[in-house]
Amino acid sequence: MAVTADLEVIVPPTAAPADSRAKKLARRTWDATWPKLLAIAIVILAWQIVVWSHWKRETLIPSPFTVLDHLWQDRGDMTVSAWITLGRGIQGFLVAVIIGGVLGLAVARIPVLRAAIGSMITGLQTMPSVAWVPLAIILFRQGAGTVLFVVVLGAAPSIANGIINGIDNVPPLLLRAGRVLGARGISALRHVVIPAALPSVVGGLKQGWSFAWRSLLAAELIANLPGKIGIGQRLNFAATAIDYIGVFESMIVILIIGILVDSLLFGTADRAIRRRYGLIDAAAT
Amino acid sequence: MKPFSDQAVRAASSPVPPTGLEAQARPVVSIGNVTKSFGSGNQRVVALDGVTLDVNRGEFVCLLGASGCGKSTLLNLVAGLDQPTTGTVDVHAQHTGLMFQDPALFPWLTVRGNVELALKLGGVPRSERRPRALELLEMVHLGDFAKARPHELSGGMRQRTALARALAQNADVLLMDEPFGALDAMTRDRLHDELEELWSSTGKTIIFVTHNVREAIRLGDCVVLLASRPGRVAAVYDVTIPRPRRIDSPEVATMAATITDQLREVVGRGSDR
Repeated sequence: MAVTADLEVIVPPTAAPADSRAKKLARRTWDATWPKLLAIAIVILAWQIVVWSHWKRETLIPSPFTVLDHLWQDRGDMTVSAWITLGRGIQGFLVAVIIGGVLGLAVARIPVLRAAIGSMITGLQTMPSVAWVPLAIILFRQGAGTVLFVVVLGAAPSIANGIINGIDNVPPLLLRAGRVLGARGISALRHVVIPAALPSVVGGLKQGWSFAWRSLLAAELIANLPGKIGIGQRLNFAATAIDYIGVFESMIVILIIGILVDSLLFGTADRAIRRRYGLIDAAAT
Repeated sequence: MKPFSDQAVRAASSPVPPTGLEAQARPVVSIGNVTKSFGSGNQRVVALDGVTLDVNRGEFVCLLGASGCGKSTLLNLVAGLDQPTTGTVDVHAQHTGLMFQDPALFPWLTVRGNVELALKLGGVPRSERRPRALELLEMVHLGDFAKARPHELSGGMRQRTALARALAQNADVLLMDEPFGALDAMTRDRLHDELEELWSSTGKTIIFVTHNVREAIRLGDCVVLLASRPGRVAAVYDVTIPRPRRIDSPEVATMAATITDQLREVVGRGSDR
C-alpha cells in the first residue's frame, strides 16, 4: 500500500497466527453452544417438574430420563428409521429442487408465465402439507409415490419463490455494471444474476427443506406406507400401541433432525453467504 | 475538443477541420446533433436537444451541468447502452469503459475477482488475468487489498476498485459519471491526482461528468457546460492552467467564478421554461 493508505485505512485482512485462530474458533464454538445447552437443560428441567407435579400419570408423561434411557437402548432402530426418513426427505427435496428450480427460473424470466402462475406459487405455500396427503393416497396408494408427491408439493413452491425473488431483486445497477463490462444474455445470467440471487435462493432452499420435512412426517404418519419403517411411522405405531415412551422417543428424534439440518446445514450456508456478500455486519456477530 | 473560443453551441453541420496528422485529428468520439427523448405524448421528456460534441484522442473532457442536463444520458449513448432518438454518435474506439457514481462492485467477488471478471468478459486468457488484475490494482494503490471484499473497503477504495475494473476493459475511452461525487473532499482530491496521473501515463481519452465546477477545471483539458431541460451545450471552455493543478489554486478559483456565473445563467434560463 502506498502513501494513500493512511487516511482511509480500514482493518486490512490480516492473517492471524494459527494458534490464536484455533483458540478463536474454540471460543466462538463455545459461545454459540452454551446457550443451546442451557436451553436444553431448562427444557428437561421443566419437563421433569411437570412429571414431579403429577399432573398426569407417570405412564402418560414419562420422565425425561426414562425417555433418554430408552432412546439410548433403542438407538440402533431409531438410527435406522431416522436414516430411512432422512433418505426419503433428501430424495423428495432433490426432486423439488429440480422442479422448483425450473419453475422459478421460468416464471422469473417469462412474463406470461408470471402473470399466469406467479401468485399461485405463493398460494400453494399456504396450503398445509397434511391436506395433500389424502389426494396422494388416492393417486399413489400406499407407495413411495405418496411421499414424493407430498414432499415435492411442500418444498417446490418455496424453492421457486426463492429463485423468483432473488432474480427480481438483483440490483439494476449491478446488471448495468455487468452490461458495461460485456456481460449479456447467458453471460449476464451466469456472472451477475445467479450470484446476485444466491442469498435469496439459499433462503428458499432453507424454507423448502423445512416444508419438505413437515410434509414428509405428515405423509409417514397418515399414509400406511409399506416396507421400511421411517421415524414418522414409528411415531404412529407407538401412538397406536399406546407406547408413551415410544411417542416421546420418536418426537425427540424428529425434532433433533429438524434442528440439525436447519441450523447446521442451511443456517451455516445462509450465514456464510450473507457474511461473504456483506449482508450482515461482521462486527455485530 | 477543438478550441472554439467564443461559440456557445456548435453547429451540427460544422465539420472538424483536419489538422496536421489526419489520424490524430479525427475525433475519437463524435456526437452529431443528438436528440434523446423518453416517453411519448404528454409524458415525453426531452433529455438532450441538438447536442454536438467532438472529443479528440487522449483528451480529458469534463461535462459540467446541473441535474437534469442529460449528462448521464449522454454518457449512456457514448457507452452504447442506449440509442439516440435522432442524430449520430460515432465512437472510433474498440471499447468504452464506464464508471458510475456508485462503484457497483459485485459483492460476491473479491476486489481482485471484480477486476478479473472484467478481464474475462473482455476475452483475456485465464493465465493472464491474475497478473494483469494485480497490476491494475497496484496502479490504483490497492495491491494489498486484492483479497478483500467490497463491503470491507472504504468508499474511496471501492471507487478505486471500480476504476481498476474500468481500466481492465482496456478501453480507449473512459466514461466517468460523477465517479467521485459521493466521496469526502480529501479522498476526492487524492483520487484527482491519481486519475490525472493515470490519464497522462496511459494516454486514454476521458469523458468525465460532474456538477462540481472546480472539479471540472481541476481535471479537464476543456469544460463543456451543459444547459438543463433539455440538455444542450451552452458553452465550451478550454482550460489552459498548467498541470499538475490544485483544486484550491487561485487560477482554478478565478476560472470557476466565471463558469459558475455562466452556469447560474443557463440553469436559471432552464427553469424559466
